[in-house]
Amino acid sequence: MKKWIAGAALALAAMAGSAFAEGHGSYPERPIMLMVSYGAGGATDFQARIVTMTAGNKDALGMPIAILNRSGAGGRVGWNWFATEAEGDGYTLGAYNIPHFIAQSIEGGVSYSADSFEPIANWGADPAVFVVGADSTFNSMADVVAYAKENPGGLTFSGAGLFVGHHIAALQLEKAAGVKLAYIPNNAGGAGAMRAVIAGQVLGGVNNLSDAYRAQAAGNVKILGVFDVQRNEAFLPDVPTMMEQGFDIDNASVNFRGVMVPKGTPQDIIDHLAATVPTMFENKRVQSRMAAGGSPMHIMTRDEVLDMWAARQVTLETLLAGL
Amino acid sequence: MEFLFYMGDVFSPVNFGLLVLGTVGGLILGATPGLSPTMAVALLIPFTFQLEPQQGLILLGAAYTSTVAGGAVSAILLKIPGAPANIATTLDGHKMATKGEGAKALQVSFLASAIGGVFGVLLLIFLTPVLAQWALAFGPSHLFWLAILGVTVIGTLDSSSVVKGLLSGCIGLWLATIGFDDIMGAQRFIFHPAVSGGINVIPALIGLFAIPQVITMFTKGRTKDTAEVITVKKHPIRFAFIEIFKRKTALVIGTLTGSIIGLIPGVGGQIAGLVAYDQSRKFSRESEKFGTGHSEGVIAAESANNAMVGPSLVPLLTLSIPGSPTAAVLLGGLLIHGIFPGPDLFMNYPQVAWTFIDSMLIGQILMCIFGLYIAGLAARVAQVPRAVMASIVLGLALFGSYSVQHSMGDVYVMATLGIAMYFLERFGFSAAPLVLGLILGPIAEANFIQGSMIATATIGVGVYFFTGWLNWLLICIVTASIGYSIWMEVMMRRYTTKDEAIAKEEALS
Repeated sequence: MKKWIAGAALALAAMAGSAFAEGHGSYPERPIMLMVSYGAGGATDFQARIVTMTAGNKDALGMPIAILNRSGAGGRVGWNWFATEAEGDGYTLGAYNIPHFIAQSIEGGVSYSADSFEPIANWGADPAVFVVGADSTFNSMADVVAYAKENPGGLTFSGAGLFVGHHIAALQLEKAAGVKLAYIPNNAGGAGAMRAVIAGQVLGGVNNLSDAYRAQAAGNVKILGVFDVQRNEAFLPDVPTMMEQGFDIDNASVNFRGVMVPKGTPQDIIDHLAATVPTMFENKRVQSRMAAGGSPMHIMTRDEVLDMWAARQVTLETLLAGL
Repeated sequence: MEFLFYMGDVFSPVNFGLLVLGTVGGLILGATPGLSPTMAVALLIPFTFQLEPQQGLILLGAAYTSTVAGGAVSAILLKIPGAPANIATTLDGHKMATKGEGAKALQVSFLASAIGGVFGVLLLIFLTPVLAQWALAFGPSHLFWLAILGVTVIGTLDSSSVVKGLLSGCIGLWLATIGFDDIMGAQRFIFHPAVSGGINVIPALIGLFAIPQVITMFTKGRTKDTAEVITVKKHPIRFAFIEIFKRKTALVIGTLTGSIIGLIPGVGGQIAGLVAYDQSRKFSRESEKFGTGHSEGVIAAESANNAMVGPSLVPLLTLSIPGSPTAAVLLGGLLIHGIFPGPDLFMNYPQVAWTFIDSMLIGQILMCIFGLYIAGLAARVAQVPRAVMASIVLGLALFGSYSVQHSMGDVYVMATLGIAMYFLERFGFSAAPLVLGLILGPIAEANFIQGSMIATATIGVGVYFFTGWLNWLLICIVTASIGYSIWMEVMMRRYTTKDEAIAKEEALS
């Protein structure tokens, strides 16, 4: 028995050794895990499940991707874990949300920054929009700002939390319009913030384009402006951007979602993933499911994402410096 | 009566097969500690990719309904609530099981679940437009008062004294503050990375309820004769029907409380069972029997947590806003098939919407049938030797708390809280008020902060929290609830003799 165990241990060691010697030629050899730092059913989780559903195909990674939810504290729990404990072996991927994690790292108190992660590819971009209740007297951003000028600090509007895209959009609006506003972060995320608008608990709100589009279709809200550099032609071609309405606001609050790996993952694995993952996002089935779910897609390669991260870091540092 | 028109679709072979599959699967998932309804539905979503929208929803709806009821199985037999919704069921259910009435408790619980559940779905069918407005009426100030109402229940819930109940409630409220706070993102009491996300309710629930049980089972297995086995009295289903109609008050209070609380977004099923349990005790003529293995306790708790299922979908189906975590997962399941819920859902996709609702109605009845069948089998769990049972429960506890988010941190939290609870129980403290504190803390806090932020920007804190009929109604109920507790405590003190007090202390140790 002892001999048998020793033999098995030797064989195992030999196998491990040879696998190591071969490098990562046959990567991936087993199913891959994708950590999502938000709960099951949220927009990020929902989209991550769709964009990874074809991972097992021969023309993609050839191995399925399983979603693992590590939610809490606006994503901080999941990203903390990803930066400090996740193994950089290519079998542990993570979903990122920009500007959330960069803004949180600037705010402090977390053990990650943009340097802790290596982006692979971006799958979606969900701009923030300004919504008001369907029966609101506001019909444009000018009305909203006029009210805020008459009642400094009295314009209540909801958003998904602090140091997330919605909060960034709120800060940008405050700065561009030169007024003081009352941003009310909601503990129940975007859905809770939307409910506050529909129920009339607040005068307006910043919310995700995809959710606002559905709420507008249901006749519950009016969408007054998009916090992006151009209009969203696919879903809201008639809603003007903030820039068009005379506010100097760029796309810093747009919620970019994509896949990353921890720092320290071997370069050849990163290259392999960076080459395959964008094609996986381009799959017809993925595209049609995403469109059906009202989720705007925006595929970017690793190099494009690296540039985007660097640009956001600079913008957010100046924007959050005053807080 | 449109729902009758689409009733036939539920019985097509594929649909009905999926309904049965979802119901049986849901009962098993629900009975596993740690697999909450939200988790069960989330696990099933990938399977619906390949199905028609209608079929996918039938599967999800059936699973949602039956996991809520399935949680009662482990609550009654093992004193481990399958999900937060089943906490109140443990209070009397497990006492019944130790008295040998496990079969009766399970039968009564499934019947009460089905009756509450059917009522909830009927509300969803007939009153959706009215209820949607009601669901929106609850703003931060109202949710704050509602959470305070929950806190008043803490003192009188399953403890040897009000003071001990309040103390364990306070421990729960403190535990709830650990982690990044929900609104500001401030860090509080993060002494170990495992708690940076706060104390997750599911692992806490498993630890607080299961671990003291396990330790007790092990210690008793060593000192006492292991051959001592709990008998299971046979209990014909006919008697369960008679029992449940004899306990009308509990059934009515449970069903109504569950339906009303289910509607309120963000509070949901977690506290429906507990509030219903407390209310039916206050209205019962045999209130002193609660906590000793009284079937009214099980009936109230289980009818409430299933009655909440139907109304909890109202905000989702009419306003496209998920009112509970499970509803949020269901929203994902709808969107993936390109169906946007909203007021025109019933016009654009009547077949999908009505078949879904019908399947929940039929699902309640199927759940009851299967539940009654397994009640006879499952009650025999009590006959398993203690040492074996303890090992199985310990295994399930580890599995359940790890599986929530694949984190060893949650397992440590579960173990620590469990061991601490074992010693607290020696001193007459109880797990139920502690968990209630843990659940209500964040609701009260977040809504108070949000409410006061809105208030300071507009009309002032005092005006915001103390005007409007809904605020005052809730404040009055809170006052009445506190007053009743004080009165009961005073009466108890007046009539308790020294011998009774000593006997009570001895029963606990």
